[in-house]
Amino acid sequence: MAICNACRYCEGFCAVFPAMERRRTFTDADLKYLANLCHNCRDCYYACQYAPPHEFDLNFPKILGALRQETYRESAWPASFAGLFARNGFWVSLITVLCVLAVLFFTFLLKGPSAVFASYHGENAFYRVIPYLMIVLPFSALGIYILTSLFKGVMRFWRETDAQMEDLLDLNAHIRAVWDVMRLKYLDGGGYGCNYPDDRFSMIRRWFHHFVFYGFTLCLASTTLAAVYHHIFHWNAPYPFFSWPVVLGTCGGVALIAGAGGLLYLKTQMDAAPAVPRAFSMDISFIILLLLTSITGLLLLLLRETSAMGILLVLHVGIVFGLFITLPYGKFVHAVYRYAALVRNAAEQMREDRLNR
Amino acid sequence: MASSNHDPVDLSRIFDVLVIGGGNAALCAAMTARETGADVLLLECAPRELRGGNSRHTRNLRYLHKSGDHILTGPYLEDEFWDDLLRVTEGQTDEELARLTLRESAEVGRWMEQHGCRFQPPLKGTLHLARTNAHFLGGGKALMNAYYVTAEKSGVGILYDAEVQDIEIQDGRFASASVLSNGTTHTVRAKAVVAASGGFQANISWLKDAWGDAADNFIIRGSPYDTGKVLRVLLDLGAKPVGDPRQCHAVALDARAPKFDGGIVTRLDCVPLGIAVNNQGVRFYDEGEEFWPKRYAIWGRLIAHQPDQIAYAIIDSKSIDLFMPSVFPPIEADSIGELAEKLTLDPSTVEKTVTAFNRSVKPGTFDLSALDDCVTEGLDIPKSHWARPIDKPPFYGYPLRPGITFTYLGLSVNHRAQVIMQDGEPVPNIFAAGEIMAGNILGRGYLAGFGMTIGTVWGRIAGKEAAHVAIG
Repeated sequence: MAICNACRYCEGFCAVFPAMERRRTFTDADLKYLANLCHNCRDCYYACQYAPPHEFDLNFPKILGALRQETYRESAWPASFAGLFARNGFWVSLITVLCVLAVLFFTFLLKGPSAVFASYHGENAFYRVIPYLMIVLPFSALGIYILTSLFKGVMRFWRETDAQMEDLLDLNAHIRAVWDVMRLKYLDGGGYGCNYPDDRFSMIRRWFHHFVFYGFTLCLASTTLAAVYHHIFHWNAPYPFFSWPVVLGTCGGVALIAGAGGLLYLKTQMDAAPAVPRAFSMDISFIILLLLTSITGLLLLLLRETSAMGILLVLHVGIVFGLFITLPYGKFVHAVYRYAALVRNAAEQMREDRLNR
Repeated sequence: MASSNHDPVDLSRIFDVLVIGGGNAALCAAMTARETGADVLLLECAPRELRGGNSRHTRNLRYLHKSGDHILTGPYLEDEFWDDLLRVTEGQTDEELARLTLRESAEVGRWMEQHGCRFQPPLKGTLHLARTNAHFLGGGKALMNAYYVTAEKSGVGILYDAEVQDIEIQDGRFASASVLSNGTTHTVRAKAVVAASGGFQANISWLKDAWGDAADNFIIRGSPYDTGKVLRVLLDLGAKPVGDPRQCHAVALDARAPKFDGGIVTRLDCVPLGIAVNNQGVRFYDEGEEFWPKRYAIWGRLIAHQPDQIAYAIIDSKSIDLFMPSVFPPIEADSIGELAEKLTLDPSTVEKTVTAFNRSVKPGTFDLSALDDCVTEGLDIPKSHWARPIDKPPFYGYPLRPGITFTYLGLSVNHRAQVIMQDGEPVPNIFAAGEIMAGNILGRGYLAGFGMTIGTVWGRIAGKEAAHVAIG
């Protein structure tokens, strides 16, 4: 870090270096904040005159990546689940498989095996396989749990990085940060993209990430809208192909497959030198879970008139359970800590601008 | 690296243009020659990860421009450029070649962008260069990466870990080079050659020829691969030298810097904020003579002339936050005596020096952004600006050594970049570009970002001329 602050050649790439230059000395708390502000575009690694094999052996993205792993573990809520971040791929897979089995088990228990393998038509078809309450009650509870866990995590991160509480409440900082997220501003490397998967500049990763982000958002919108249909208008699923929930969900699912598939492919092509090996299984398991969620969701849509519907529904619901249960203990958390760091960065930027005026 | 699997280069064929070197000048020459239609092979003696010579440590370049734009804040025209060059070189420049450099530089900004360069607004700490110099996004290594991508794409053959050990001249023309690559020596033939292999600053024994044992205490800021081998070979073959072997770009560096390749982070900008003493504990030069960016390049030479080639900068806590941080932490103490001891200096002498300095400081208004009125009075060696008593503990010290950026002794060239022999005649198919011929233009002194200007302009001239000679 002393090397970076004395050099400053990378100032133009992202928010990390200007944020670093606002400080002359660094505490561990500062480093953790900067680590989560880092979008891992790797531009600084390939531009670095001190990267290995130079004797300074500076691998900045790798250092920050390792610090992010620490943040995720330390800020996990409840703290006793922090261990899930070690061997994350194993835990995520295990939990997902258990979720699928659990859904299957309860379905058998409540409706009997024949319900799963029959074919259905018309309204409420899904709920004849898996009872409505068996979907809604656990997911509602899970939703509250996830929000609590992520909120606790962010609060802890904010404290641990010695950030000011007033910055977290600064509406303008949030507006800036949301805008940064929506554009993925800091994956643009000063206008030319990431050095990913190799040492050439490319916007490809930014595009794939956009697909994942907006795909995920569309799927959430679809589910929310479906809930509104169900509870307010009392229209019951399955909905027709050209209904809003299905259109949004289909677009979201396709975008997720394209984005997650693309990111997965890039991962297999990437230069491993600036990567944190430990993060690999976490990244991969989250991507695969997103892929499985979208694939089973789309298959369910296509085959919902057939006898495969029951088992696909069990699979889809089980995988979605797995995805959500592991949400606070996997790659997804990068989004909340990154967002928190962006809010702080925006608040600091605005303070600096005011001072310079 | 995941990408870039090249076919092994066939070294048995006769290339149109052979480019020796792998930094800015070499790449500019190789890309230009290739675009002119030549079959080009570039030989970089460093491994791929350390490619780019000294260029990997640079961050900007200076070029002529009629008006400001998105990266430059205002115009920089020939008269001003020429005045700047004349001032730093004290006239030790070849006016024909220098003016050619300045004029040709007007083209390079656009050309560089077309070849993959990405510019950005000036960095913090280099705002004084915002009008004259364009900064590379991510610095020189990022620029080299971009150039290598462009060169590869255009079909330039590139060999890493390939060191030219000898050159064969037949009938007054370049015939071949012997190249050590993968443990085998190959004879590489080409119709023309561009020598763009840098100065000899990483060759300590050569530096010793000029400086004596003092050279053992020099720190080489840049690539350890710049040993001047090709320069030596060509001089031995009768090329006409230009420049003084003792002249070089030498700055004050933190003495704790690595021997080679420490680059930008080991520089120290605190000298004008306090005093500098030698290992006898006494001051030896006016620390506040001029703005530091204009003066820092003389401090390497000043320190080189001190006993054991070492000096120590001493400041107090008023100044610690006023300069760019360096990579090494300062040595800190609560009294001057204690600091002197930690710096292995004689405490009583240093105390005496500091007391005398503090007493001579006249009241004034301290202003780092101007040549202010904080001066000393009555000292043999005055401090003409920014003089403030060193009296507010804790006190800080940094050991300083001369840091060599690049040497100026080089090959004489004509306006086509052809290397001139001792009889005054140019060799028709040997060209030179970059640090190896910078001495034609920079006889002494330095202008920030001008090394890259010379490399780019002369790389392009050499590349084009070499291609014309080779393919007619």
